[in-house]
Amino acid sequence: MPDGGVPVLDVKDLKTVFRTRSGEIHAVNSVSFDLRPGELLGVVGESGSGKSVTMMSLIGLLPSPPAEVRGGTVMFDGEDLLKVREERLRALRGARIGFVFQDPMTSLNPVFTVGYQIMEPLRKHMGLDKQAARNRARELLELVGIPDAARRLGDYPHQFSGGMRQRVMIAIALACDPEVLIADEPTTALDVTIQAQILELMKELREKLGMAVIWITHDLGVIAGIADRVMVMYGGQVVEQAPVRELFGNPQHPYTRALLKTVPSVSGARAEKLAVIEGQPPILSSAPAACPFRARCPQAFDRCERENPARVPVGPGHDAACFWDPATGGPRDV
Amino acid sequence: MFDTRTGRKLVEVRNLKMHFPIYAGLLRRRVGEVKAVDDVSFDIYEGETLGLVGESGCGKSTCGRAVLRLYDITSGSIWINGDEIGEADFHSLRRLRPTMQMVFQDPQASLNPRMTVARIISEPLDEHTRLSRAEKNERVFDLMDAVGLNRDFANRYPHEFSGGQRQRIGIARALALNPKFIVCDEPIAALDVSIQAQVVNLLEELQAKLGLTYLFISHDLSMVRHIADRVAVMYLGKVVELAPRDALYATPKHPYTEALLSAVPEPDPTIETRKKHILLKGDVPSPANPPEGCNFCTRCPKVMDICRKVEPPTFEVAPGHQVACHLYSETTHETAGETAAAEAHKSIQQGE
Repeated sequence: MPDGGVPVLDVKDLKTVFRTRSGEIHAVNSVSFDLRPGELLGVVGESGSGKSVTMMSLIGLLPSPPAEVRGGTVMFDGEDLLKVREERLRALRGARIGFVFQDPMTSLNPVFTVGYQIMEPLRKHMGLDKQAARNRARELLELVGIPDAARRLGDYPHQFSGGMRQRVMIAIALACDPEVLIADEPTTALDVTIQAQILELMKELREKLGMAVIWITHDLGVIAGIADRVMVMYGGQVVEQAPVRELFGNPQHPYTRALLKTVPSVSGARAEKLAVIEGQPPILSSAPAACPFRARCPQAFDRCERENPARVPVGPGHDAACFWDPATGGPRDV
Repeated sequence: MFDTRTGRKLVEVRNLKMHFPIYAGLLRRRVGEVKAVDDVSFDIYEGETLGLVGESGCGKSTCGRAVLRLYDITSGSIWINGDEIGEADFHSLRRLRPTMQMVFQDPQASLNPRMTVARIISEPLDEHTRLSRAEKNERVFDLMDAVGLNRDFANRYPHEFSGGQRQRIGIARALALNPKFIVCDEPIAALDVSIQAQVVNLLEELQAKLGLTYLFISHDLSMVRHIADRVAVMYLGKVVELAPRDALYATPKHPYTEALLSAVPEPDPTIETRKKHILLKGDVPSPANPPEGCNFCTRCPKVMDICRKVEPPTFEVAPGHQVACHLYSETTHETAGETAAAEAHKSIQQGE
């Protein structure tokens, strides 16, 4: 696992707000993280936790209005992506930062052939001519394990199965050798046996190509098998961040601890009754002045009502945003 | 755990087939059929939960709907609580409906957005009972209490609730007529992890309190391990393995079950990095054109010549543990066959 080195992506204090008719929704609140070369950062959270909106904000993919990036910096190769012009962003997206989205059916254009859609970034960003782009597209399909690649370039998305479509999406994302790949729930729409194929493919590709990956998911099992480092989001904030073994072995935030307990497993001991996180996730209608998890937290005390905890270091490469210390069972000294 | 030896069979499904015709061409001629459910048999004992698992397109939802006669089945018989409903006509079926209910996957789509919660829950009462208005209201409030919904919200509309609460509304509606048997079709698939546990615990509480029998359909193998007493695994319209829960998860017999279980990622990095995944090649074949022989022969890592020619019968490899696979053809139906099956299994693994 790579550590140290200059981060390829450095996000500080990112804030994103949606303006709606019934007021503002503070979807992302002061999110900071970095991504080191060659590492896979897993981002875990439930729907509405702000994980996808964070990643869409970084690269200007949110429609504005209603979305508005209110503050923060996103440093990528010496540039602040929140300040650069739209044309510059467009040159980076797809070329140096690639994406894979959840639903491979809606993110491929049904009226163009798969070959055309893989060749498009190659011709736009890398200036390849038609023949060179076609050759590269065939190589890419072979790379992601699609049999009979040369012939399948002429097929349309509906002629591929779900798993094959997701392979095509990965091929498009990898077309220009990106330094960063952002994958937003890439296996959620797939069956487990197909998911296992895609996860295996991803591991191989990282070894071969060495890009840094941000992998968004709600599935702790997927994260456990693939990530180097994990960031847990709740209520638009990062509540905990740690190397993968540390996070699963020594979770510090009450949300992470509860989340790990609610998930049953196919092996090991079977609980008679599932652990439950009572209540509902918060509605983010104002900038948070208190801990977003306090209403559902078994450990909440008066300070959690008054202040929003900042992330504090709790171990090597491990930080958590909580006033409570599981080691002592009492308030943390911060 | 549930004991099948002493229980009474509430549901008996025999040789159930549900084929959907395919029409094509200018004259819309019948050119084939999708064999969504193809010769499926199982029993569900009173008070137990039978888990029905499989990947998308394997026919598990169609099977659940067919068992409640939401479709006109192609052939087979279904006995629920002593009544044959496979052939039953509209009127007798309607009389039997209160005993069998369903909880749907998508609580957004299965609740009428223009009806209040109270009306949604009381609709089955309007249709099937002659309660007075006051009695109905009382029943609706009782049901809302039972599923953990606040009575004050009875006059709200479904969109005002979160996903987990909507699923509670759907469960309250299913309970309204005191059913014996409920088909839960992916009831937690649309919910967040922290909410899934709430709904599963609610279903378990209600089962204990009301003595309900569930057919729990899901693609989530870890959740089925939690809730089910016995588990049936479907692949391409057929039940390939059916066993008590612990036996199925500890010693899966069918190569598909093995692969399916090994593909589920474990929420533990130490196990996950050490675990050997069985990667299946390719995709599920189309149920309109299943392969000859065993349906799984195109992807099976242990495929033999016979699998491509002859459809495997179902063998009982241990009491209550059925598997449809040629690997077990040596075994007899007695329990003594168990060890022989394990040995045959081992030698095949070594032979690879």
